[in-house]
Amino acid sequence: MRLSLGPILYLWPRQTIEDFYQQHLNSAVDVIYLGETVCAKRRSLKPAEWIELAKELSKSGKQIVLSTLALIEAGSDLGNVKQLCNNGELLVEANEMGAMQLMADQRLPFVAGPSLNIYNAYTLKQLHNQGLIRWVMPVELNATTLADILCDAEKLGIRDNIETEVFSYGRLPLAYSARCFTTRYRNIAKDNCQFVCQDYPEGLPMDSQEGEAFFNINGIQTQSGRIQHLLSHWQQMQELGVDLMRISPQPQHTGEIIKRYDEVIQSTSQDTDIQKYLSAPACDGYWRGLSGMDYIPTSEQH
Amino acid sequence: MLKAAVNNGADAVYIGFKDDTNARHFAGLNFNDGTAQKAVKYAHDHGTKVYVAINTYPQPAGWTRWQKAVDIAADIGIDALIIADTGVLAYATEKHPQLDLHLSVQGSATNVEALRFYKEQFDIQRAVIPRVLSMAQVKQLAEKSPVELEVFGFGSLCVMVEGRCLLSSYATGESPNTCGACSPAKAVRWVETEAGTETRLNNVLIDRFKHGEKAGYPVVCKGRFNVADSTYHALEEPTSLNTLELLPQLRAAGVKAIKIEGRQRSTAYVSKVVKVWREAIDSCLNNPLAFSAKPQWMQDLASVSEGTQTTLGAYNRPWQ
Repeated sequence: MRLSLGPILYLWPRQTIEDFYQQHLNSAVDVIYLGETVCAKRRSLKPAEWIELAKELSKSGKQIVLSTLALIEAGSDLGNVKQLCNNGELLVEANEMGAMQLMADQRLPFVAGPSLNIYNAYTLKQLHNQGLIRWVMPVELNATTLADILCDAEKLGIRDNIETEVFSYGRLPLAYSARCFTTRYRNIAKDNCQFVCQDYPEGLPMDSQEGEAFFNINGIQTQSGRIQHLLSHWQQMQELGVDLMRISPQPQHTGEIIKRYDEVIQSTSQDTDIQKYLSAPACDGYWRGLSGMDYIPTSEQH
Repeated sequence: MLKAAVNNGADAVYIGFKDDTNARHFAGLNFNDGTAQKAVKYAHDHGTKVYVAINTYPQPAGWTRWQKAVDIAADIGIDALIIADTGVLAYATEKHPQLDLHLSVQGSATNVEALRFYKEQFDIQRAVIPRVLSMAQVKQLAEKSPVELEVFGFGSLCVMVEGRCLLSSYATGESPNTCGACSPAKAVRWVETEAGTETRLNNVLIDRFKHGEKAGYPVVCKGRFNVADSTYHALEEPTSLNTLELLPQLRAAGVKAIKIEGRQRSTAYVSKVVKVWREAIDSCLNNPLAFSAKPQWMQDLASVSEGTQTTLGAYNRPWQ
C-alpha cells in the first residue's frame, strides 16, 4: 500500500501552496497530485505555473501528477486543460471525459480522477483502451462493489495493468455547479467574485438548522461536512488489491495525518485515531455501503 | 401520460423501465416490456418517436439488468437509447449496432472534447447537455459539437452538474448515479411540531416551515441551512427551470431538441406543458425574429412549476 497526496481543493495563496509542497517532498507520500480541479477562475498559479512547479517537484523522485478541472464550461477552461494535457512530460489526472480524450489523442497514459464516472469494469476496460493506467474509485462506491469491479476486471484481462486508488482521507468532493456558493453566501456576483473563497482555506461549513455538520461549501464545489477517514479499513483495502490511499490536503495537520497513515500501514503503530487533527466529525459510511455521512468509530467496529 | 405528450404534439417521448436502470426510479412510474411495446406502437401510430432512458451507472451486481434493458429496448423497436455509462454504451454499440444512441445528461459532457470521445467510440447521434452552461457557452459548444445537442427547457432545476452529484447518497445512501433516485421518499420524514413542519432526510433536518407556509419536499440541495451566522437556501431555492423565452437563441445556436421533464408529473401537467411548448416552438420556427413569449404561455407554465417560480437557470449569466 502506498500513499498519495490529492490536489489542493481550496484556494490558497501561491506562497502557501509552494510552502505546502516543499514540506511534503519529505513526507511519506509516494505520489503528489497538483493543479486546480475546482474553479477555472482561481489563479494563484496559472496552468503554466502549475506545470513548472510540478516539473520542479518531480526532481524529488516522487511521482508528480497534474490534475485537471472537474467541470469545464467556457472554451477558455478547455484551453487551460489542454495546456496541462500537453505538458509533454508528466502524468495527468483527467477529472472529466474531455481531458481523458485529450490524453487519448496523444496516446499518453492517464489517471482517471474521482469525478470520472467509473462504476463497473466494462467502463474501466473502455478507458483502459484509451490509456487509463490508474483510477480513483468514485467516492460513493463501497468495498463490496470495488471487490466486484476488480474481480470483473480480472475476467476482462485488465486487472494487472491498472492501479486502484481510494480517496481515503478528507472532505469528500460531492458535487459541482455553475453557481458559486461562496459568492452566494457573500452576496456578490460570481463574475466579480474577488476570489472570496480565499477567505475560507478549508471551505465554509454548511450545517443543518440543528447545528449538524452536513456539507461544506468550496466555491462551485460542495463537499461533505464530515471528513472521510478510512485508515481503519486499510487492511481490507490491501486484501482487495488497492494500490494507493489518497489523502486530501487541509490547511492544518496534513503532515501529521500522513505520518499516522504511514505508521499504521508500516505496522509501527496500530493507532488509527486522528481526532485531534480533525476540524469536523469523521465519516466512513460510503466504504461500508451506507450513507456517506455515517460513521462507526474504530472502537465499535467488529 | 405518454399519450398526453403524444397528443399534445411532442416530437419524441422518452420513457424508462420499472427498475433502477433509469434516473427516475420511483414507485408507480415507468414501463415493463409489455406496456413499453404498447407505448411504442401508440407513439409511432401518431408519428412520435420513443427514446428509452437507460441512464444510470450499473455496478457489477446489476450489470445483467442493464444489458437486458438494452436488449428489450432494441427488440421493441424504439428510436434511440439514452445512455450515460461508458460500459453500457460499449455494450449497446457492440450488440445492437443499428440502434441510435444519445448521451444522457447524466453522462455529464460539457465540452467538445468529451463529446468527441462519445462520438468516436460509440457514434452517438445526440447529447443532452447539463444545465450548467450559459446561453453563450451553449452557442459556443453547438458551433463545434460533432453531435446534435439537446438542452433542458422546462422542469426541475438541478443546480449541480448532472451525473456527478453525490449529495443524495452522502445523506441517504442512494444517488441518481447508483440507484436512479435523488433524496428518495423512503428516507423522508415530515414531522409536525408546535412551531410548524420539519422536513428530514435520513433524520438530517433539511428545512423548517411555519404554520401556513407550504412545506416543500426535502430535496437534499433545496433546504435552508446554517452557514456561519445566516440561515438560508445555501445551495438552491425551490424553483423550476423555464427557458421558453430563449427559444430563438437556442434555435439560432443550432440546438436540435428541447427536453421537457415529465416523468414524475401528472397527465394534466404534461398536457399543459407540452401544448404550450409545441405552440411556442412552432411560432418560433415560423418567424423567429418576431418571437416573443406570450404572457398566457408563461402564466400556464408558472402555474404548474415547483414553488410557482421559474428561472432561466445557468442559461442566464447573472444567475452564475
